[in-house]
Amino acid sequence: MNETIMKTLGVTLGVCLLCSLFVSFTAVSLRDQQNTNKLNDKRIKILEAANIYDESMSVEDQFKNLEIRFLDFDTGETYREYKDFDIDKYDQLQSLRFSDQSKPVPADKDIAIIKNRENIGKIYFSTKDNEIDKLILPIRGYGLWGTLYGYIAIENDFNTVVGIEFYEHKETPGLGGEVDNPNWKNIWVGKEIYQSGDVKLQVIKGAVDQNMNDAKYMVDGLSGATLTSRGVSNMIEYWFSDSGYLKLLENFDYES
Amino acid sequence: MSLKQYKEVLVNPLIKENPITLQILGICSALAVTSNLNVTLIMCIALTSVVSLSNLFISIIRNYIPSSVRIIVQMTIIATLVILVDELLKAYDYETSKKLSVFVGLIITNCIVMGRAEAFAMKEKPFVSFLDGLGNGIGYSLILIGVAFIRELFGAGTLFGIPIFGDWYPTNNLLLLPPSSFIIIGLFIWLIRGYNNDQIEEDEFDLSKHSVAPNLNKRELNV
Repeated sequence: MNETIMKTLGVTLGVCLLCSLFVSFTAVSLRDQQNTNKLNDKRIKILEAANIYDESMSVEDQFKNLEIRFLDFDTGETYREYKDFDIDKYDQLQSLRFSDQSKPVPADKDIAIIKNRENIGKIYFSTKDNEIDKLILPIRGYGLWGTLYGYIAIENDFNTVVGIEFYEHKETPGLGGEVDNPNWKNIWVGKEIYQSGDVKLQVIKGAVDQNMNDAKYMVDGLSGATLTSRGVSNMIEYWFSDSGYLKLLENFDYES
Repeated sequence: MSLKQYKEVLVNPLIKENPITLQILGICSALAVTSNLNVTLIMCIALTSVVSLSNLFISIIRNYIPSSVRIIVQMTIIATLVILVDELLKAYDYETSKKLSVFVGLIITNCIVMGRAEAFAMKEKPFVSFLDGLGNGIGYSLILIGVAFIRELFGAGTLFGIPIFGDWYPTNNLLLLPPSSFIIIGLFIWLIRGYNNDQIEEDEFDLSKHSVAPNLNKRELNV
């Protein structure tokens, strides 16, 4: 009796309905908790990029020690307040949805393949003795399967890398996913970005010969992940160019 | 069913009919998630709960499932349970869920879950199906925890991330990479079959005795 068409359709439909109810109920009821986790994870990445994360202390307290500013990409000016934006809640990735808050990147300049860039960014920095210590900048760019989102932290010479972290990516685990490998991230420490005004830092193919003159501008490529490595390279080139943070770094006035 | 039979359903899959070492199922996740005991333990709990609950629910509706779409219905239930587990992990153990990444989702395609649903839950009553799922889940977990114990201890020199050997121990990359699980599982199978001779499979055909190499010159003449 189980084999009639009506019964087959009925049972399948019933099972699917019931299952989807369970799934949507769980998804909705756990969403807040999951978002809190995500935010927390992002904050840990910001702190880790600057190499100031202390596991024994609460993330929230450590994060409060960082200063956050709005950044106008077109002028390079930073603001403590901007319009009616709430700096703690402002998410520059959300503003990509609105044409008055973001601009399409011209194809010839869009090396990181981000398509749109927000007008107002958000930067973080730590201070020491009333002077800026480390600057933490959000970066993103296309790898192999999707956009990698992360942070890069630099010293107050605005040239030396302190650390790089990715909080979201879709790269293949074990290949491109190795962007999360601590050994690889450690290679970035101490590398330099600019050589006489141009972005020189790049991820090369294979390992870097430490005896080379330009070794401090090169990072080992990830084996088996050429496109991811190239993506990270392009990301650095884009975000430290004139359409990225160059204007900010040229005349960053922390007191303003 | 008597109490003894219930016990058998639960205990047999632990060693005697272990899904990994006897049936060689679910190897993929055994390779991927066993370099660290913390992650392994979460994966074991996730798989055990999915296989026992999917057995339970499939067994409850087994008499209503039309056989033409039974696999689809089974998959829907299994997938639902896996999504629930994934969502719970993302909410309550975000760190581990990031480390397990795709492997929680891949429980859906784990042969043990599907196999138990099709071979056991479609025929037996709900409670005993639940026990069968639980037993198979624990059997899977025993092997995984064994593999992870060896890999983490001799690979990284830690257990649950806590250093055991101290600084002098160099990390053993072979054990930290997935292929080492193949070797360790192989050794486990050898150990279990050495002790429990019934598990040794009969040769599918007799090997012929060592024969003399053919005389090539002679063959040329024949042509």
